[in-house]
Amino acid sequence: MAKKESTFLNMVLTLFLVTLVAAGLLGSVYSLTKEPIRLAELKRKNEAIQMVVPAFDNEPSQEVAKKYVDGDTLYFYTARKGDEVTGIAVETFTNEGFSGKFKLMVGFKPDGTILDIAVISHAETPGLGDKMEQDKSDFSAQFKGKDPATFRLSVKKDRGDVDAITASTITSRAYCDAVQRAYDAFINLSTSDF
Amino acid sequence: MDQWKNFSKGFIKENAVFSLFLGLCPTLGVTTSAVNGLGMGLATTFVLVMSNLVVSLVKNVIPNKVRIPAFIVIIASFVTIVELVMKGYVPVLFDALGLFIPLIVVNCVVLGRAEAFASKNSTWSSVVDGMGMGLGFTMALTILGAVREILGSGAFFGMKMISGDAMLLFILPPGAFIALGYLILLANMLKEKTA
Repeated sequence: MAKKESTFLNMVLTLFLVTLVAAGLLGSVYSLTKEPIRLAELKRKNEAIQMVVPAFDNEPSQEVAKKYVDGDTLYFYTARKGDEVTGIAVETFTNEGFSGKFKLMVGFKPDGTILDIAVISHAETPGLGDKMEQDKSDFSAQFKGKDPATFRLSVKKDRGDVDAITASTITSRAYCDAVQRAYDAFINLSTSDF
Repeated sequence: MDQWKNFSKGFIKENAVFSLFLGLCPTLGVTTSAVNGLGMGLATTFVLVMSNLVVSLVKNVIPNKVRIPAFIVIIASFVTIVELVMKGYVPVLFDALGLFIPLIVVNCVVLGRAEAFASKNSTWSSVVDGMGMGLGFTMALTILGAVREILGSGAFFGMKMISGDAMLLFILPPGAFIALGYLILLANMLKEKTA
């Protein structure tokens, strides 16, 4: 078959058909993968919530409050056992990471004490900044049981109380920034809600 | 055409990374660990094979003057498919590669093979070429990832071999250039021997 000539009509028609087929294909793949993507994200969220709050018997991912702060949204998930609130998981973020934005899940006791902190997603350098993940180093353990009202959430270099990750001061600072943001919002919220 | 030669040229002789120096942006960017390199390589291989297949099928109905936009649409479609599927079924890998997946669209290897090979050769040869080039690219990325991971964090495919820190430089951007430079040296020595 000879190559088609580059006449105006030919070119318009070809590009139209190519994009039409591509659009149809992408539309169907999108609708096929929509549900698995939603489930994967929900699963990751639930795992992060479970890591930072004590045992609960409700669905914290269903009991969600939102707060718009610093250009993005913080999410508050309430964990209950029976009628008692056992903890609140706050999905927080920072824009100051070494590789931009990352997200943490911070668990608070109702009185504001930090229960535990887990990383939801990040793009920090493997081997350096990624030590903020719980299974890579015990950096996050130093926050357990601390009350940010008395525990200064900044690295020791900045006259705070946090031991930074060696060679990852920027990541450590960003981590503190995210936790501080979660705490500030949580304290303001907890007087009115829950 | 000798299909074995067509397939194997992608590994050393015309390896995208070591010989043609194409697609270096994802090569340097994602290879902080062997797994990332492997994942990126396989994603690119899929896109390469599929786009080579489709381009070689439609090569005669696409007018010459609009062939590049048409190829890019075809490539971009497959990249988006990879992105959606990865997000849904292997979210861990998607987290690690995230930003670099959409960039496969502008990976010179993919458009280069569509333009230089698939638009001039038969469908079967194009698929074999895509496989060879893709797996060669995967091999290069995995080796580079493994070298940087071993030297930089003392681990291999995520398994820690030494405790504590290794030569951190190698997982930072300069380490990518240094490691790649020495790997190209090795590849060149290998090529000289076989030639």
